[in-house]
Amino acid sequence: MPEHPPVVALTHLSKSFGAVRALHDVDLTVRRGEVHGLLGENGSGKSTLIKILSGFHTPDTGSGLAVNGRPVSFPLHPGKFRSLGMSFVHQDLGLVPSLSVVENLLVGDLASRRRWRLSWPRERRRAAETFASFGLGLDPRAQVADLRPSDRALLAIVRAVQEIRAHTADDGSDYGLLVLDEPTVFLPARDRDQLFVLIRRIAATRASILFVSHDLDEIRGITDRVTVLRDGVVRGTVETARASGEVLVEMIIGRRLQALPIERKRTATGAAVSITGLNGRYARGVSLTVHRGEVVGLTGLLGSGFEEIPYYVFGARRAFAGRLAIDGRTYDLRAMSPSRALEAGVALLPADRHHDGSVGSLSLGDNVTVPALRKYRSRIGLNRRRMRSDARRLLAQFDVRPPDPRSTYQSLSGGNQQKALLAKWLQTKPSLLLLHEPTQGVDIRARQQIFRLTRKAAAGDTAVVCVSTDYDQLAAVCDRVVVFGRGRVGRELTGAEVTKERIAEQCYRVAENPSGRHLDAGGDA
Amino acid sequence: MSVGEFVERFALVGAWIAVIAVFSVLKPDTFATSSNFAAILGSQAVLVVLTCALLIPLTAGDYDLSITGVLTLSQMMIGILNTRNGISVYVCIVAALLTGALVGLINGAFVVIFGIDSFIVTLGTGTFLGGVVLWISNSETFAGISSQLTGPVVVERFLGVPLAFYYGLALVIVLWYFLEYTSLGRQLLFVGRSRRVARLSGLRVGRLRWGALVASGVIAAAAGVLYAGITGAADPVSGAGFLLPAFAAAFLGATSIVPGRFNPWGSFIAVYFLVTGITGLALFGIQSWLQDMFYGGALVLAVTFSQIARRREEHVSGVREN
Ligand SMILES: Nc1ncnc2c1ncn2[C@@H]1O[C@H](COP(=O)(O)OP(=O)(O)OP(=O)(O)O)[C@@H](O)[C@H]1O
Ligand SMILES: [Mg+2]
Repeated sequence: MPEHPPVVALTHLSKSFGAVRALHDVDLTVRRGEVHGLLGENGSGKSTLIKILSGFHTPDTGSGLAVNGRPVSFPLHPGKFRSLGMSFVHQDLGLVPSLSVVENLLVGDLASRRRWRLSWPRERRRAAETFASFGLGLDPRAQVADLRPSDRALLAIVRAVQEIRAHTADDGSDYGLLVLDEPTVFLPARDRDQLFVLIRRIAATRASILFVSHDLDEIRGITDRVTVLRDGVVRGTVETARASGEVLVEMIIGRRLQALPIERKRTATGAAVSITGLNGRYARGVSLTVHRGEVVGLTGLLGSGFEEIPYYVFGARRAFAGRLAIDGRTYDLRAMSPSRALEAGVALLPADRHHDGSVGSLSLGDNVTVPALRKYRSRIGLNRRRMRSDARRLLAQFDVRPPDPRSTYQSLSGGNQQKALLAKWLQTKPSLLLLHEPTQGVDIRARQQIFRLTRKAAAGDTAVVCVSTDYDQLAAVCDRVVVFGRGRVGRELTGAEVTKERIAEQCYRVAENPSGRHLDAGGDA
Repeated sequence: MSVGEFVERFALVGAWIAVIAVFSVLKPDTFATSSNFAAILGSQAVLVVLTCALLIPLTAGDYDLSITGVLTLSQMMIGILNTRNGISVYVCIVAALLTGALVGLINGAFVVIFGIDSFIVTLGTGTFLGGVVLWISNSETFAGISSQLTGPVVVERFLGVPLAFYYGLALVIVLWYFLEYTSLGRQLLFVGRSRRVARLSGLRVGRLRWGALVASGVIAAAAGVLYAGITGAADPVSGAGFLLPAFAAAFLGATSIVPGRFNPWGSFIAVYFLVTGITGLALFGIQSWLQDMFYGGALVLAVTFSQIARRREEHVSGVREN
């Protein structure tokens, strides 16, 4: 192997953002044809490293890069990565939501080639053919904003794969590098498997892959070697096959991770929050009862409607019919709006945190204190000082790093953004907390923290609904899991049935036979 | 294309036709005359060209408030150099266009190198240029610009309409082609929608924004040349009045033809829709202050409509990031 130069060799790579040292003296080598995993906690510097390769960030002086054995000097000018044979799926996908699918697909081409006669009908036809060759049915004319998160992720993946293929097809002996920064967080299990097949196929065609994920199962399944970052420093590079799960975890967090036993009340006793007769474009007569103090999971296969339920209840999506009974009051879901929902004591943590959850350019402190603004009203405007100190405490409590209320939300790493949002909603002590994929993109330790915080919220007399396709997570935090099929409640799992395997099995079962049973999920099935 | 989409795209065209029809019925012998139409079409060429100038930086996500400063300076350069110094009109035109490019370069330098908001920078340079014009002209009007310029601009006609109109039309076509069918045009759009994504995609964001500002400088200077040709004179103040109409046309245009995007055809129609309305009302003896009210009102309404269309495009606010 070593007779060939590595595809990418980074040496002494450092990057600071003001006082924050995101990367320090990092060495990383990606060999020919390998799938190389990049691991590390939230904020450990993975995305920063990737953005340096893409020319977005300029590293500190002294950093070195060689591609296919040839030294390349920093700063990389925009688009340089393309001529070096790299293509990227960035953590936030790098799509422009207000433009069409075909425009987003073509941006690399538009950036790298001077074209004076674009024919949009032809480009749309080609795009449709491309999608078809990947088994996708994306409409090239659609706005990216209208796509489901999973389709957006697939679009970004297809775009990067196309680019790497174009590179490996027309070049002599140079290898390309496909970089995937947490590509799987938005993907349902089936697409994930497909992606892995695709990755393997690409790795067999004069290309290497740099793959970021917090999911150790994925990492073990797909990578040949992994490099672990902690606080911006490389803690080691190992062959995946030789490293056990515990070893990896220890490298990532710097100590052993004790599995936290999660105590749960299997029998719910608190007052009930109930949703009755919910009908909408993606829901057919859904009724659900959630007791305060319990965590109920909603799941199913993609498109079965479960993931829309929180948005109906929160008033973010229009329901055709349905009522919400909460704290002795009843609301008509047809007339629900986010502000009314908040008043009613409902909080929602949306999955699409880039678009729905926050204001990227505002400070972190402002973002987390928004729902509680009323608290800080004094006779003369807002009590900023108290707001700031509260925010600081809150951020520390939720282990958001760095816990500085003045930094902008945008500058946080992906996982820390998620933790900040959770902090934002939990502080309001809602009666009903709706979580949609709450651990999307967070690292293993934070995942456990979020589990614990979720249970704690329930113990603090909140009714929690956790909407997710992560069966592991559902099994870990939920008292009950409701499985959806074709917009209906299909099956409810309770007690000892709440296991990863049972949930997965039921998802497929219910999808095949959704009308089998039609029960009030609130009752003891 | 759905019915709703069709209505949205061509509503402005329909409104324009309706305005023409109403005034033609009410004032058949003053409004519905070929000379009146020719006057309407010819008189607005300056605004069409100036709006085209504005569209380029707007597409790239930047404002250019210095366009009328450039227009006035360009017009005044021609006025002074041609009528007072007797320099050939062609040399004057070249000098004016180069000056426009220079202003664009300076705007771009502040915006790209120093990272200052384009709104502030161009507000400053535009005001600065206004001062320069008053200074070099001594607040005087220079009349009697050579027929070498006025001839091919207003005197000569094609199908009864002054050639100025066709220059504006040609620019609209060229700009539309550029924005719609070239990679460079689409690059500008990406930059305007998300600088971050544009950079991650390997676009040269700084250069593109800079180039857009230079282009708007040159085209605004061309609008000044046209203005000098149409009026046959150069005055130091009237050019400033074009700023609001240009913005109104740009934003109103963005509600039409390609809703949610700044586009030359939409702006072209917007310009003529607005002026047709004003001309028609003027025939009823309504005062000139009406013009200001019309443009001002249209600007607010246009921005409201385009915001609604845009929101449908973007779904959530705050998508345009840095
Ligand atoms: N533009 C920026 N300005 C300031 N600090 C930044 C900026 N971008 C990243 N950082 C900081 O650099 C550190 C590394 O962030 P990075 O995004 O690389 O983490 P990550 O490993 O990708 O984490 P995650 O798994 O959560 O995505 C974090 O502390 C983050 O706050
Ligand atoms: Mg990251």
